[in-house]
Amino acid sequence: MNSDIVVNITNLNKSFGDNHVLRGIDLQVQRGEVVCIIGPSGSGKSTLLRCVNMLETPTAGTVVVLGRELTDIDCDIDEARTHIGMVFQQFNLFPHLTALENVCVAQRKVLKRSADEAARIAHGLLARVGLVEKDNAYPAQLSGGQQQRVAIARALAMNPDVILFDEATSALDPELVGEVLQVMQSLAQEGMTMLVVTHEMGFAKGVADRVVFMDAGVIVEQGPPSQVISAPVEERTRAFLSSVLNH
Amino acid sequence: MAISKRKKAQYRRVAVYVLSVIALLVMVLVVDWGRLQSAMFKWDIVVEQFPDILLSAGKNTLIFTILGFAGGLSFGLLFALMRLSTVRPYRWFAATYIEIFRGIPLLVTLLILGFGIPIATGWRWPNPYLQGAVPLALVASAYMAETIRAGIEAVPKGQMEAARSLGMSYSRAMITIIIPQALRIIVPPLTNEFVLLIKDTSLISVLGVTAGTRDLARFGRDGVNSTANATPLIVAGLVYLAMTVPLTQLVAWMERREKAVSR
Repeated sequence: MNSDIVVNITNLNKSFGDNHVLRGIDLQVQRGEVVCIIGPSGSGKSTLLRCVNMLETPTAGTVVVLGRELTDIDCDIDEARTHIGMVFQQFNLFPHLTALENVCVAQRKVLKRSADEAARIAHGLLARVGLVEKDNAYPAQLSGGQQQRVAIARALAMNPDVILFDEATSALDPELVGEVLQVMQSLAQEGMTMLVVTHEMGFAKGVADRVVFMDAGVIVEQGPPSQVISAPVEERTRAFLSSVLNH
Repeated sequence: MAISKRKKAQYRRVAVYVLSVIALLVMVLVVDWGRLQSAMFKWDIVVEQFPDILLSAGKNTLIFTILGFAGGLSFGLLFALMRLSTVRPYRWFAATYIEIFRGIPLLVTLLILGFGIPIATGWRWPNPYLQGAVPLALVASAYMAETIRAGIEAVPKGQMEAARSLGMSYSRAMITIIIPQALRIIVPPLTNEFVLLIKDTSLISVLGVTAGTRDLARFGRDGVNSTANATPLIVAGLVYLAMTVPLTQLVAWMERREKAVSR
Protein backbone atom coordinates (compact mmCIF):
# COMPACT_ATOMS: atom_id res chain seq x y z
CA MET A 1 0.00 0.00 0.00
CA ASN A 2 1.41 3.32 -1.07
CA SER A 3 1.13 5.59 1.97
CA ASP A 4 1.25 8.66 -0.22
CA ILE A 5 -2.14 7.89 -1.69
CA VAL A 6 -4.75 9.67 0.43
CA VAL A 7 -7.87 8.85 -1.57
CA ASN A 8 -8.16 5.76 -3.75
CA ILE A 9 -11.44 5.25 -5.60
CA THR A 10 -11.93 2.08 -7.64
CA ASN A 11 -14.77 1.33 -10.07
CA LEU A 12 -17.19 3.54 -8.14
CA ASN A 13 -20.85 3.28 -9.15
CA LYS A 14 -23.81 5.13 -7.69
CA SER A 15 -27.44 4.96 -8.69
CA PHE A 16 -30.43 6.85 -7.34
CA GLY A 17 -33.22 4.49 -8.33
CA ASP A 18 -33.02 4.20 -12.12
CA ASN A 19 -30.70 7.17 -12.36
CA HIS A 20 -27.16 5.86 -12.84
CA VAL A 21 -25.17 8.88 -11.66
CA LEU A 22 -21.64 7.47 -11.39
CA ARG A 23 -20.54 4.82 -13.89
CA GLY A 24 -17.25 3.29 -12.87
CA ILE A 25 -15.03 6.06 -11.50
CA ASP A 26 -11.34 5.38 -10.79
CA LEU A 27 -9.48 8.19 -9.10
CA GLN A 28 -6.42 8.49 -6.89
CA VAL A 29 -5.35 11.55 -4.95
CA GLN A 30 -1.77 11.84 -3.69
CA ARG A 31 -0.81 13.54 -0.44
CA GLY A 32 -0.47 17.28 -0.99
CA GLU A 33 -2.20 17.16 -4.33
CA VAL A 34 -4.96 19.60 -5.32
CA VAL A 35 -7.43 17.95 -7.67
CA CYS A 36 -10.18 20.05 -9.24
CA ILE A 37 -13.24 18.27 -10.60
CA ILE A 38 -15.05 20.18 -13.32
CA GLY A 39 -17.95 19.33 -15.56
CA PRO A 40 -21.52 20.24 -16.48
CA SER A 41 -24.22 20.14 -13.79
CA GLY A 42 -25.65 16.67 -13.39
CA SER A 43 -22.36 15.08 -14.42
CA GLY A 44 -21.98 13.47 -10.97
CA LYS A 45 -19.11 15.53 -9.58
CA SER A 46 -20.84 16.40 -6.30
CA THR A 47 -22.06 12.83 -5.88
CA LEU A 48 -18.49 11.61 -6.39
CA LEU A 49 -17.25 14.01 -3.72
CA ARG A 50 -20.03 12.97 -1.32
CA CYS A 51 -19.07 9.33 -1.81
CA VAL A 52 -15.54 10.10 -0.58
CA ASN A 53 -16.84 10.70 2.96
CA MET A 54 -19.83 8.40 2.55
CA LEU A 55 -22.51 11.07 2.73
CA GLU A 56 -23.73 9.01 -0.20
CA THR A 57 -23.34 5.25 -0.02
CA PRO A 58 -21.86 3.90 -3.26
CA THR A 59 -23.86 1.26 -5.09
CA ALA A 60 -20.69 -0.58 -6.09
CA GLY A 61 -16.93 -0.10 -6.00
CA THR A 62 -14.53 0.80 -3.22
CA VAL A 63 -13.45 4.05 -1.60
CA VAL A 64 -10.22 3.86 0.41
CA VAL A 65 -9.11 6.91 2.38
CA LEU A 66 -5.80 6.75 4.28
CA GLY A 67 -5.83 2.97 4.06
CA ARG A 68 -9.35 2.69 5.52
CA GLU A 69 -11.81 1.04 3.19
CA LEU A 70 -14.90 3.18 3.83
CA THR A 71 -17.09 0.95 1.70
CA ASP A 72 -16.31 -1.97 4.03
CA ILE A 73 -19.25 -2.53 6.40
CA ASP A 74 -16.85 -2.95 9.34
CA CYS A 75 -15.24 0.46 8.82
CA ASP A 76 -15.83 2.99 11.63
CA ILE A 77 -17.16 5.73 9.40
CA ASP A 78 -17.35 8.37 12.17
CA GLU A 79 -13.67 7.93 12.98
CA ALA A 80 -12.72 8.00 9.29
CA ARG A 81 -14.66 11.22 8.75
CA THR A 82 -12.59 13.05 11.35
CA HIS A 83 -9.70 12.77 8.85
CA ILE A 84 -11.80 14.03 5.92
CA GLY A 85 -12.88 17.66 6.06
CA MET A 86 -15.83 18.87 4.02
CA VAL A 87 -16.90 22.34 2.93
CA PHE A 88 -20.42 22.70 1.52
CA GLN A 89 -21.95 24.95 -1.09
CA GLN A 90 -24.52 26.20 1.44
CA PHE A 91 -21.87 26.56 4.24
CA ASN A 92 -24.10 24.60 6.66
CA LEU A 93 -22.81 26.47 9.69
CA PHE A 94 -24.72 25.65 12.86
CA PRO A 95 -26.96 28.72 13.22
CA HIS A 96 -27.50 28.31 16.97
CA LEU A 97 -23.76 28.51 17.68
CA THR A 98 -21.31 31.40 17.38
CA ALA A 99 -18.43 31.32 14.91
CA LEU A 100 -16.06 30.17 17.64
CA GLU A 101 -18.50 27.52 18.88
CA ASN A 102 -18.98 26.27 15.33
CA VAL A 103 -15.26 25.62 15.15
CA CYS A 104 -15.12 24.20 18.68
CA VAL A 105 -18.11 21.87 18.83
CA ALA A 106 -16.64 18.86 17.00
CA GLN A 107 -13.24 19.34 18.65
CA ARG A 108 -14.99 19.05 22.00
CA LYS A 109 -17.54 16.36 21.23
CA VAL A 110 -15.56 14.19 18.81
CA LEU A 111 -11.87 14.74 19.52
CA LYS A 112 -12.60 15.33 23.24
CA ARG A 113 -10.29 18.31 23.42
CA SER A 114 -10.61 20.51 26.50
CA ALA A 115 -12.70 23.68 26.23
CA ASP A 116 -9.61 25.87 26.57
CA GLU A 117 -7.61 24.00 23.96
CA ALA A 118 -10.52 23.90 21.50
CA ALA A 119 -11.15 27.62 21.91
CA ARG A 120 -7.47 28.43 21.47
CA ILE A 121 -7.27 26.36 18.29
CA ALA A 122 -10.55 27.79 16.97
CA HIS A 123 -9.43 31.34 17.66
CA GLY A 124 -6.19 30.72 15.77
CA LEU A 125 -7.97 29.14 12.82
CA LEU A 126 -10.49 31.96 12.55
CA ALA A 127 -7.57 34.37 12.42
CA ARG A 128 -5.92 32.20 9.78
CA VAL A 129 -8.97 32.46 7.49
CA GLY A 130 -8.96 36.21 7.99
CA LEU A 131 -11.73 36.51 10.59
CA VAL A 132 -10.62 38.60 13.52
CA GLU A 133 -13.00 39.74 16.23
CA LYS A 134 -15.78 37.60 14.79
CA ASP A 135 -15.48 34.85 17.42
CA ASN A 136 -18.79 35.71 19.04
CA ALA A 137 -20.76 36.50 15.87
CA TYR A 138 -23.61 34.18 14.93
CA PRO A 139 -23.72 32.91 11.34
CA ALA A 140 -26.71 35.13 10.54
CA GLN A 141 -24.55 38.17 11.39
CA LEU A 142 -21.85 37.20 8.89
CA SER A 143 -21.67 37.64 5.13
CA GLY A 144 -21.67 34.57 2.91
CA GLY A 145 -17.94 34.81 2.37
CA GLN A 146 -17.31 35.09 6.10
CA GLN A 147 -19.60 32.14 6.79
CA GLN A 148 -17.77 29.99 4.27
CA ARG A 149 -14.43 30.93 5.84
CA VAL A 150 -15.78 29.89 9.26
CA ALA A 151 -16.83 26.61 7.63
CA ILE A 152 -13.28 26.12 6.34
CA ALA A 153 -11.89 26.83 9.82
CA ARG A 154 -14.39 24.33 11.24
CA ALA A 155 -13.10 21.67 8.85
CA LEU A 156 -9.45 22.54 9.60
CA ALA A 157 -10.02 22.20 13.35
CA MET A 158 -10.16 18.43 12.98
CA ASN A 159 -6.65 18.37 11.45
CA PRO A 160 -7.96 16.55 8.37
CA ASP A 161 -5.66 14.78 5.94
CA VAL A 162 -7.83 15.84 3.02
CA ILE A 163 -10.54 18.46 2.56
CA LEU A 164 -13.44 18.11 0.13
CA PHE A 165 -14.82 21.36 -1.31
CA ASP A 166 -18.29 20.94 -2.82
CA GLU A 167 -18.83 24.04 -5.00
CA ALA A 168 -17.70 26.14 -2.06
CA THR A 169 -18.13 29.46 -3.87
CA SER A 170 -21.26 28.76 -5.95
CA ALA A 171 -23.71 30.22 -3.42
CA LEU A 172 -21.69 33.42 -2.90
CA ASP A 173 -22.27 36.89 -4.29
CA PRO A 174 -19.64 37.50 -6.98
CA GLU A 175 -17.72 40.06 -4.92
CA LEU A 176 -17.32 37.56 -2.06
CA VAL A 177 -15.92 34.70 -4.14
CA GLY A 178 -12.37 36.05 -4.09
CA GLU A 179 -11.91 36.01 -0.31
CA VAL A 180 -12.89 32.33 -0.13
CA LEU A 181 -10.75 31.31 -3.10
CA GLN A 182 -7.83 33.13 -1.50
CA VAL A 183 -8.16 31.03 1.66
CA MET A 184 -8.38 27.87 -0.44
CA GLN A 185 -5.32 28.89 -2.42
CA SER A 186 -3.27 29.49 0.70
CA LEU A 187 -4.30 26.06 2.01
CA ALA A 188 -3.15 24.53 -1.25
CA GLN A 189 0.19 26.31 -0.98
CA GLU A 190 0.65 24.99 2.55
CA GLY A 191 0.41 21.49 1.17
CA MET A 192 -3.17 20.52 2.09
CA THR A 193 -4.58 17.65 0.08
CA MET A 194 -7.71 18.98 -1.58
CA LEU A 195 -10.47 17.57 -3.75
CA VAL A 196 -12.35 20.52 -5.20
CA VAL A 197 -15.58 20.47 -7.18
CA THR A 198 -15.73 23.91 -8.76
CA HIS A 199 -16.97 26.09 -11.57
CA GLU A 200 -14.10 28.56 -11.02
CA MET A 201 -11.91 27.83 -14.02
CA GLY A 202 -9.43 30.49 -12.97
CA PHE A 203 -8.90 28.70 -9.65
CA ALA A 204 -8.60 25.31 -11.36
CA LYS A 205 -6.10 26.70 -13.81
CA GLY A 206 -4.00 28.56 -11.25
CA VAL A 207 -4.08 26.25 -8.21
CA ALA A 208 -4.89 22.69 -9.27
CA ASP A 209 -2.16 20.10 -9.75
CA ARG A 210 -4.61 18.06 -11.73
CA VAL A 211 -7.96 18.75 -13.34
CA VAL A 212 -10.55 16.03 -13.78
CA PHE A 213 -13.32 16.61 -16.33
CA MET A 214 -16.47 14.56 -15.72
CA ASP A 215 -19.54 14.14 -17.87
CA ALA A 216 -22.50 11.76 -17.58
CA GLY A 217 -21.00 9.88 -14.64
CA VAL A 218 -17.58 9.09 -16.09
CA ILE A 219 -14.18 10.76 -16.05
CA VAL A 220 -13.74 11.94 -19.63
CA GLU A 221 -10.31 13.45 -19.33
CA GLN A 222 -7.77 14.33 -16.65
CA GLY A 223 -4.34 15.83 -16.40
CA PRO A 224 -2.52 19.03 -15.48
CA PRO A 225 -4.60 22.19 -16.02
CA SER A 226 -2.27 23.27 -18.81
CA GLN A 227 -3.53 20.25 -20.70
CA VAL A 228 -7.19 19.77 -19.68
CA ILE A 229 -8.18 23.42 -19.58
CA SER A 230 -5.80 24.97 -22.09
CA ALA A 231 -5.48 22.14 -24.63
CA PRO A 232 -8.27 19.58 -24.09
CA VAL A 233 -8.13 16.46 -26.20
CA GLU A 234 -11.71 15.26 -25.90
CA GLU A 235 -14.53 16.86 -27.84
CA ARG A 236 -16.86 16.91 -24.79
CA THR A 237 -14.25 18.73 -22.71
CA ARG A 238 -13.81 21.32 -25.43
CA ALA A 239 -17.57 21.86 -25.75
CA PHE A 240 -17.94 22.31 -21.97
CA LEU A 241 -14.98 24.68 -21.66
CA SER A 242 -16.07 26.85 -24.54
CA SER A 243 -19.53 27.17 -22.96
CA VAL A 244 -18.17 28.23 -19.56
CA LEU A 245 -15.25 30.34 -20.72
CA ASN A 246 -17.01 32.32 -23.44
CA HIS A 247 -19.90 33.90 -21.60
CA MET B 1 -78.96 52.35 -9.72
CA ALA B 2 -75.48 50.95 -9.65
CA ILE B 3 -73.84 50.76 -6.26
CA SER B 4 -70.12 50.12 -6.42
CA LYS B 5 -68.66 47.07 -4.67
CA ARG B 6 -66.74 49.14 -2.19
CA LYS B 7 -69.79 51.21 -1.34
CA LYS B 8 -71.76 48.00 -0.77
CA ALA B 9 -69.06 46.67 1.55
CA GLN B 10 -69.16 49.91 3.50
CA TYR B 11 -72.95 49.70 3.98
CA ARG B 12 -72.64 46.10 5.08
CA ARG B 13 -70.06 46.99 7.70
CA VAL B 14 -72.26 49.74 9.15
CA ALA B 15 -75.23 47.35 9.22
CA VAL B 16 -73.23 44.77 11.19
CA TYR B 17 -72.22 47.38 13.79
CA VAL B 18 -75.79 48.60 14.20
CA LEU B 19 -77.16 45.06 14.59
CA SER B 20 -74.49 44.20 17.17
CA VAL B 21 -75.37 47.23 19.27
CA ILE B 22 -79.08 46.37 19.09
CA ALA B 23 -78.42 42.75 20.11
CA LEU B 24 -76.33 43.93 23.05
CA LEU B 25 -79.04 46.35 24.19
CA VAL B 26 -81.75 43.68 23.97
CA MET B 27 -79.64 41.36 26.05
CA VAL B 28 -78.97 43.96 28.72
CA LEU B 29 -82.67 44.90 28.92
CA VAL B 30 -84.26 41.43 28.69
CA VAL B 31 -82.02 39.39 30.97
CA ASP B 32 -82.83 39.38 34.67
CA TRP B 33 -79.34 40.17 35.90
CA GLY B 34 -80.14 39.82 39.57
CA ARG B 35 -81.49 36.33 39.13
CA LEU B 36 -78.66 35.34 36.85
CA GLN B 37 -76.09 36.47 39.36
CA SER B 38 -77.75 34.67 42.26
CA ALA B 39 -77.82 31.44 40.22
CA MET B 40 -74.39 31.58 38.62
CA PHE B 41 -72.13 34.02 40.44
CA LYS B 42 -73.31 34.31 44.01
CA TRP B 43 -70.66 36.25 45.82
CA ASP B 44 -70.72 34.38 49.16
CA ILE B 45 -70.39 31.08 47.28
CA VAL B 46 -67.52 32.50 45.25
CA VAL B 47 -65.74 33.42 48.47
CA GLU B 48 -66.48 29.97 49.89
CA GLN B 49 -64.52 28.32 47.06
CA PHE B 50 -61.28 29.86 48.22
CA PRO B 51 -58.66 28.92 49.16
CA ASP B 52 -59.42 25.22 48.53
CA ILE B 53 -60.07 25.71 44.81
CA LEU B 54 -56.49 26.94 44.42
CA LEU B 55 -54.60 25.10 47.14
CA SER B 56 -56.22 21.70 46.55
CA ALA B 57 -58.10 21.48 43.24
CA GLY B 58 -55.92 23.92 41.29
CA LYS B 59 -52.82 22.25 42.64
CA ASN B 60 -54.11 18.83 41.59
CA THR B 61 -54.94 20.05 38.08
CA LEU B 62 -51.39 21.36 37.81
CA ILE B 63 -49.92 18.09 39.11
CA PHE B 64 -51.91 16.08 36.54
CA THR B 65 -50.89 18.51 33.79
CA ILE B 66 -47.20 18.52 34.65
CA LEU B 67 -47.01 14.74 35.04
CA GLY B 68 -48.88 14.33 31.75
CA PHE B 69 -46.69 16.85 29.98
CA ALA B 70 -43.38 15.50 31.29
CA GLY B 71 -44.34 11.92 30.42
CA GLY B 72 -45.80 12.98 27.07
CA LEU B 73 -42.68 14.95 26.18
CA SER B 74 -40.25 12.13 27.04
CA PHE B 75 -42.22 9.46 25.20
CA GLY B 76 -43.12 11.91 22.43
CA LEU B 77 -39.43 12.55 21.77
CA LEU B 78 -38.76 8.82 21.80
CA PHE B 79 -41.59 8.10 19.33
CA ALA B 80 -40.55 11.02 17.11
CA LEU B 81 -37.01 9.61 16.87
CA MET B 82 -38.44 6.16 16.16
CA ARG B 83 -40.61 7.62 13.40
CA LEU B 84 -37.47 9.12 11.83
CA SER B 85 -35.36 6.00 12.31
CA THR B 86 -34.01 4.02 9.38
CA VAL B 87 -35.01 0.85 11.24
CA ARG B 88 -38.40 -0.13 9.82
CA PRO B 89 -39.87 -1.94 12.86
CA TYR B 90 -39.23 1.20 14.95
CA ARG B 91 -41.08 3.30 12.40
CA TRP B 92 -43.98 0.83 12.28
CA PHE B 93 -44.26 0.64 16.05
CA ALA B 94 -44.23 4.43 16.49
CA ALA B 95 -46.66 5.01 13.63
CA THR B 96 -49.10 2.42 15.01
CA TYR B 97 -48.85 3.81 18.53
CA ILE B 98 -49.50 7.34 17.30
CA GLU B 99 -52.50 6.26 15.21
CA ILE B 100 -54.05 4.33 18.09
CA PHE B 101 -53.70 6.96 20.78
CA ARG B 102 -54.71 9.84 18.52
CA GLY B 103 -57.68 7.87 17.25
CA ILE B 104 -59.24 6.89 20.59
CA PRO B 105 -60.92 9.66 22.62
CA LEU B 106 -59.00 10.52 25.79
CA LEU B 107 -62.13 9.78 27.83
CA VAL B 108 -62.21 6.19 26.55
CA THR B 109 -58.47 5.72 27.12
CA LEU B 110 -58.89 7.04 30.66
CA LEU B 111 -61.74 4.61 31.35
CA ILE B 112 -59.90 1.63 29.85
CA LEU B 113 -56.64 2.22 31.72
CA GLY B 114 -58.12 3.74 34.86
CA PHE B 115 -61.11 1.40 35.32
CA GLY B 116 -61.18 -1.37 32.76
CA ILE B 117 -57.78 -2.89 33.30
CA PRO B 118 -57.91 -2.79 37.14
CA ILE B 119 -61.37 -4.43 37.07
CA ALA B 120 -60.33 -7.06 34.53
CA THR B 121 -56.99 -7.99 36.10
CA GLY B 122 -57.31 -7.16 39.76
CA TRP B 123 -54.25 -4.97 39.47
CA ARG B 124 -54.52 -1.64 41.30
CA TRP B 125 -52.97 1.71 40.46
CA PRO B 126 -50.40 2.40 43.17
CA ASN B 127 -51.21 6.09 43.20
CA PRO B 128 -54.35 8.06 42.23
CA TYR B 129 -52.25 10.73 40.52
CA LEU B 130 -50.66 8.13 38.25
CA GLN B 131 -54.05 6.60 37.49
CA GLY B 132 -55.05 9.87 35.84
CA ALA B 133 -51.70 11.13 34.59
CA VAL B 134 -50.43 7.98 32.85
CA PRO B 135 -53.31 7.72 30.34
CA LEU B 136 -53.03 11.48 29.82
CA ALA B 137 -49.29 11.18 29.12
CA LEU B 138 -49.76 8.26 26.74
CA VAL B 139 -52.23 10.22 24.63
CA ALA B 140 -50.19 13.43 24.86
CA SER B 141 -47.05 11.60 23.72
CA ALA B 142 -48.80 10.58 20.49
CA TYR B 143 -49.62 14.21 19.67
CA MET B 144 -46.23 15.53 20.80
CA ALA B 145 -44.39 12.90 18.76
CA GLU B 146 -45.87 14.36 15.58
CA THR B 147 -45.06 17.93 16.66
CA ILE B 148 -41.46 17.03 17.52
CA ARG B 149 -41.01 15.04 14.31
CA ALA B 150 -42.21 18.00 12.25
CA GLY B 151 -39.75 20.24 14.14
CA ILE B 152 -36.82 17.92 13.53
CA GLU B 153 -37.71 17.57 9.86
CA ALA B 154 -37.85 21.36 9.55
CA VAL B 155 -34.10 21.59 10.33
CA PRO B 156 -32.28 21.68 6.95
CA LYS B 157 -30.72 18.40 5.84
CA GLY B 158 -27.33 20.09 5.47
CA GLN B 159 -27.10 20.47 9.26
CA MET B 160 -27.02 16.72 9.78
CA GLU B 161 -24.58 16.31 6.88
CA ALA B 162 -22.23 18.96 8.27
CA ALA B 163 -22.33 17.37 11.73
CA ARG B 164 -21.76 13.87 10.37
CA SER B 165 -18.91 15.03 8.12
CA LEU B 166 -17.15 16.33 11.26
CA GLY B 167 -17.20 12.80 12.64
CA MET B 168 -20.21 13.07 14.93
CA SER B 169 -22.35 9.96 15.28
CA TYR B 170 -26.05 10.18 14.36
CA SER B 171 -27.15 10.45 17.99
CA ARG B 172 -24.41 12.94 18.86
CA ALA B 173 -25.46 15.11 15.92
CA MET B 174 -29.12 14.85 16.97
CA ILE B 175 -28.38 15.92 20.54
CA THR B 176 -25.82 18.65 19.82
CA ILE B 177 -26.96 20.09 16.50
CA ILE B 178 -30.46 19.07 15.38
CA ILE B 179 -32.62 19.00 18.52
CA PRO B 180 -31.48 22.42 19.84
CA GLN B 181 -32.56 23.92 16.50
CA ALA B 182 -35.79 21.91 16.40
CA LEU B 183 -36.67 23.12 19.92
CA ARG B 184 -36.98 26.72 18.75
CA ILE B 185 -39.50 25.58 16.18
CA ILE B 186 -41.54 23.36 18.48
CA VAL B 187 -41.73 25.40 21.69
CA PRO B 188 -44.87 27.32 20.56
CA PRO B 189 -46.84 24.20 19.52
CA LEU B 190 -45.67 22.38 22.65
CA THR B 191 -46.93 25.27 24.78
CA ASN B 192 -50.28 24.91 23.02
CA GLU B 193 -50.14 21.22 23.87
CA PHE B 194 -49.63 22.21 27.53
CA VAL B 195 -52.78 24.36 27.38
CA LEU B 196 -54.73 21.46 25.89
CA LEU B 197 -53.46 19.22 28.69
CA ILE B 198 -54.61 21.67 31.36
CA LYS B 199 -58.11 21.41 29.94
CA ASP B 200 -57.95 17.68 29.32
CA THR B 201 -57.18 16.98 32.98
CA SER B 202 -60.86 17.81 33.61
CA LEU B 203 -61.72 14.41 32.09
CA ILE B 204 -59.78 12.66 34.86
CA SER B 205 -62.68 13.49 37.20
CA VAL B 206 -64.64 10.54 35.73
CA LEU B 207 -62.26 8.20 37.55
CA GLY B 208 -63.91 8.94 40.90
CA VAL B 209 -60.88 10.25 42.70
CA THR B 210 -60.70 10.85 46.43
CA ALA B 211 -61.34 14.27 48.00
CA GLY B 212 -57.64 14.98 48.23
CA THR B 213 -56.92 14.37 44.56
CA ARG B 214 -59.94 16.16 43.06
CA ASP B 215 -59.11 18.38 40.11
CA LEU B 216 -60.75 21.71 39.29
CA ALA B 217 -63.62 20.30 37.25
CA ARG B 218 -64.54 17.74 39.88
CA PHE B 219 -64.21 20.36 42.61
CA GLY B 220 -66.64 22.59 40.70
CA ARG B 221 -69.10 19.78 40.09
CA ASP B 222 -69.08 18.71 43.73
CA GLY B 223 -69.57 22.35 44.63
CA VAL B 224 -72.68 22.52 42.46
CA ASN B 225 -74.06 19.44 44.19
CA SER B 226 -73.51 20.81 47.68
CA THR B 227 -74.72 24.38 47.01
CA ALA B 228 -77.41 23.76 44.36
CA ASN B 229 -75.89 26.70 42.54
CA ALA B 230 -73.81 26.98 39.35
CA THR B 231 -71.32 29.38 40.90
CA PRO B 232 -68.63 26.78 41.79
CA LEU B 233 -68.36 25.69 38.14
CA ILE B 234 -68.15 29.28 36.94
CA VAL B 235 -65.33 29.93 39.41
CA ALA B 236 -63.59 26.74 38.27
CA GLY B 237 -63.88 27.97 34.67
CA LEU B 238 -62.30 31.29 35.67
CA VAL B 239 -59.41 29.47 37.37
CA TYR B 240 -58.83 27.49 34.15
CA LEU B 241 -58.78 30.77 32.22
CA ALA B 242 -56.28 32.24 34.68
CA MET B 243 -53.94 29.36 33.78
CA THR B 244 -54.55 29.09 30.05
CA VAL B 245 -54.83 32.70 28.88
CA PRO B 246 -51.29 33.72 29.94
CA LEU B 247 -49.94 30.68 28.10
CA THR B 248 -51.88 31.29 24.87
CA GLN B 249 -50.76 34.92 25.02
CA LEU B 250 -47.17 33.71 25.48
CA VAL B 251 -47.52 31.55 22.36
CA ALA B 252 -48.94 34.49 20.41
CA TRP B 253 -45.98 36.60 21.54
CA MET B 254 -43.47 33.89 20.56
CA GLU B 255 -45.07 33.58 17.13
CA ARG B 256 -45.00 37.35 16.58
CA ARG B 257 -41.33 37.42 17.58
CA GLU B 258 -40.50 34.48 15.30
CA LYS B 259 -42.23 36.26 12.43
CA ALA B 260 -40.19 39.40 13.08
CA VAL B 261 -36.91 37.47 13.24
CA SER B 262 -37.46 35.36 10.14
CA ARG B 263 -38.40 38.36 8.02
